[in-house]
Amino acid sequence: MMRERHINMIILALLVLVPTYAHFAEEPFTITLATRAVIFALAGVGLNLALGQGGLVSFGHAAYFGMGGYAMGILASHAQNYEPIMEVPFLIEGTNSMPVIWLVAIVMSALLALLIGALSLRTTGVYFIMVTLAFGQMFYYFTISWPAYGGEDGLSIYVRNQFPGMNTLDPIQFFSICFVLLCAVLFLVNRLNKSPFGLALNGAHQNEERALTVGINVYRVRLVAFVISGAITGLAGALFADLNRFVSPTMFSWQISGEIMIFIILGGVARLFGPVAGAALYIMLEHFLGGLSEYWFIYLGAILLFVVLFAKGGIIGKLSRKEISHDG
Amino acid sequence: MTDSILTVSDIHKSFGALKASDGISLDLKPGEIHALIGPNGAGKSTLIKQIAGGLKPDSGTVWFNGKDVTGVSTAERARLGLGRTFQISALAMDYTVLENVVLGAVGQSGSAFSFFKPAMKDAALLKRARAALERVGLRKREETITSELSHGQRRQLEVAVALTLSPKAFLMDEPMAGMGGEGSKALTGFLQELKKEAPILLVEHDMDAVFALADRISVLVYGKIIATGNVDEVRSNPDVRVAYLGEEDAA
Amino acid sequence: MTTLLLIEQVLNGLQFGVMLFLMAAGLTLIFGVMGLINLAHGSLYMIGAFAAAAVAGWTGNFFLALVASLIAAAIIGALIELTVIRRLYDRDHLEQVLATFALILIFSEATRWVFGSFPLFLNIPDVLNGTVTLPGGIQYSLYRLTIILIGLAVAAGLFLLISKTRVGMRIRAGENDREMIAALGVDISVLYTMVFALGAALAGLSGALVGAIQSVEVGMGEPVLILAFVVIVIGGIGSIKGALAGAILVGLTDTLGRTMLPVIFGTFMEPSAATTVGSALASMLIYILMAGVLLYKPTGLFGST
Ligand SMILES: Nc1ncnc2c1ncn2[C@@H]1O[C@H](COP(=O)(O)OP(=O)(O)O)[C@@H](O)[C@H]1O
Ligand SMILES: [Mg+2]
Repeated sequence: MMRERHINMIILALLVLVPTYAHFAEEPFTITLATRAVIFALAGVGLNLALGQGGLVSFGHAAYFGMGGYAMGILASHAQNYEPIMEVPFLIEGTNSMPVIWLVAIVMSALLALLIGALSLRTTGVYFIMVTLAFGQMFYYFTISWPAYGGEDGLSIYVRNQFPGMNTLDPIQFFSICFVLLCAVLFLVNRLNKSPFGLALNGAHQNEERALTVGINVYRVRLVAFVISGAITGLAGALFADLNRFVSPTMFSWQISGEIMIFIILGGVARLFGPVAGAALYIMLEHFLGGLSEYWFIYLGAILLFVVLFAKGGIIGKLSRKEISHDG
Repeated sequence: MTDSILTVSDIHKSFGALKASDGISLDLKPGEIHALIGPNGAGKSTLIKQIAGGLKPDSGTVWFNGKDVTGVSTAERARLGLGRTFQISALAMDYTVLENVVLGAVGQSGSAFSFFKPAMKDAALLKRARAALERVGLRKREETITSELSHGQRRQLEVAVALTLSPKAFLMDEPMAGMGGEGSKALTGFLQELKKEAPILLVEHDMDAVFALADRISVLVYGKIIATGNVDEVRSNPDVRVAYLGEEDAA
Repeated sequence: MTTLLLIEQVLNGLQFGVMLFLMAAGLTLIFGVMGLINLAHGSLYMIGAFAAAAVAGWTGNFFLALVASLIAAAIIGALIELTVIRRLYDRDHLEQVLATFALILIFSEATRWVFGSFPLFLNIPDVLNGTVTLPGGIQYSLYRLTIILIGLAVAAGLFLLISKTRVGMRIRAGENDREMIAALGVDISVLYTMVFALGAALAGLSGALVGAIQSVEVGMGEPVLILAFVVIVIGGIGSIKGALAGAILVGLTDTLGRTMLPVIFGTFMEPSAATTVGSALASMLIYILMAGVLLYKPTGLFGST
């Protein structure tokens, strides 16, 4: 138990030290990579709540990632063009304030997760996987065919959104914002996992019948978990859009859903820091393997296959020599 | 009839051509152990599932505590006070023993939607959980991972989880199955005590236990109850001897 | 809109549906018999299309190309079954999803590596080019009609295979009872490899047939795979009948939605807005259909409860 906690602290420390070093060495690209890792980690932490704790294998989390991205894109593009989003029945204007954008992204992706979750959770097992995958794809096609916000080409935002008291265009400052958000979410999710709610969620994952016969409304517990999970991934989507200053239907694509899942499996399913380690590893692989070969996805595929077939528990599992995380 | 806690009336359930419940009626009165016996495949577990809520009867009603619960979900029935143990242990195997009973306490207290306070540091939940463990004698094993428990200990834990609900009635599907002689003897004594708190509908294969424990026995064969009565009545019932006890003797 | 156009669209919908059926049938068979969810099924579709395009390029013979698509997909299918898939049968669904997702990454990149990033083209053979006149004077593409007929023939063949032959009996037994079939002395692992290769061949054939209408490119398989999932959710998993019904329903809904919704919206909206809203909605129509089925019967129209 202690070992896993130590590993977690080391991961966090590395996530701070690498960009700090890059800042002083004036390597902004490395800071951007670290920021990507942090944002992907956040998306993974969101999915891990549903997938790891709840056993809800959602292959459609790109829907929330994309929803968060478009929340940012739409608000910021209206702000940059000085056009209100709507005037009747009441005026809604765009904004370039990050906290407002985050809030909207969280609320919108939570609502979307509520809708998709309410339908998908009527099924289990492979059905659930297929249904969530399909709903994700639905938004991909919708954004492609809806021309108002760029359609297939996506939307560019020319200036990064603002955060009070910070210069968000400075890579290290934007990194800090993302990192602090990640830490805050990790703290909250850790509390959540240990709360009666988390106990019920994971208990229902291990034995649904048991949870039902002690009077727990399993459907509702799962739905709430799914909504929180979608909201966190949506927040990550908004940050990702801000990092790139660009949103496009690709954020909704099934590949994104798959990648978010990869972060979790590489790091270790149902471990608090699994997605953090996994996302960091993913970014490193992308950077180094991608530098070696144009076809680095072959290697990624091979690594993923190896981890699934032979290395249950991901890297944290290997390092702490425990397949199951207990009270991490 | 009015003083029954649980009343099942005219339940029918078919799986294809197989009539697993063929017009079953029975009731459970305060303070009693009502044993349900019958050969393998008679439909005992199927009946228990319909009472507990996992399986919907084709027709017939289940009354619990003065309320028609036929259309009520499993979770809701549990909250109304129906405690259940399973024929095959249904526990969260990766959880510790204590976590499993705390899970029961969470369900009982309706706190599944509190999000912030750690469950394993909640005094009220822990108190209820440990009290239940104490009663089945598992208090010393509370840190053990459930999958490491012996078969008999898992059965005890099942009972403890049901106890956390402070049920108004227990449904127990073969609680002694796979327990050693010592274990079943201890559990027999325990159930004697427990029935004063809440009556027990007990499915059991162990005939010694049934005859020692039951206040009433119903015999289920091919989805039908062929006899109900006290131990002596059932023992001397000719239909039962032919249909069931005869088989047991031969075996 | 004219009746003729409508009938043509119905036929297009059927053609689309039949093609989805070829995909969904393999997926649902593999799930029904082995309990495996196979995301790499889209890769087998792509492999079939590339094999056909390559062989058509060398030989100029479309029918050899179709045969090549079947053989290539079946062989690769059997190979991955032997090396990877069979390790996944008793794993949980998450692991199956991730491992077969890894296979997608590997196959897609390997194909890009071998064939490059540019789409290949597979031409409709001369004998199937042009149109035929159907009863009622409808002109319809001979090639698309051929796809419909091939699809229906495959469907009939599968029904016969499963209900009438010994292999089919084994498949049905495998669905219900692994131990039973093992006790009968049937080598279950050979059966599994065969079923997997059969599903792969159907996917490959489907990819080749469609490859002649659309372009043959990396990544062509996954959108079809996801549509096949929609088909299965609608039809009910493990059921060939459900796959057929679901596929035709999805094919018709999608094709007709795309032509008719803009027209319908045009009756009360200005034309450009009607086109926008109509086609955006049309792109979501089959998912809305799926949501409806989930509300009505979560196990699918032909699924067991
Ligand atoms: N879900 C089901 N589907 C089909 N048949 C079932 C199902 N559940 C139980 N049965 C059948 O119903 C009969 C009664 O089973 P069960 O209630 O488990 O018997 P018992 O507990 O008395 O041994 C058996 O023949 C069993 O095979
Ligand atoms: Mg039984």
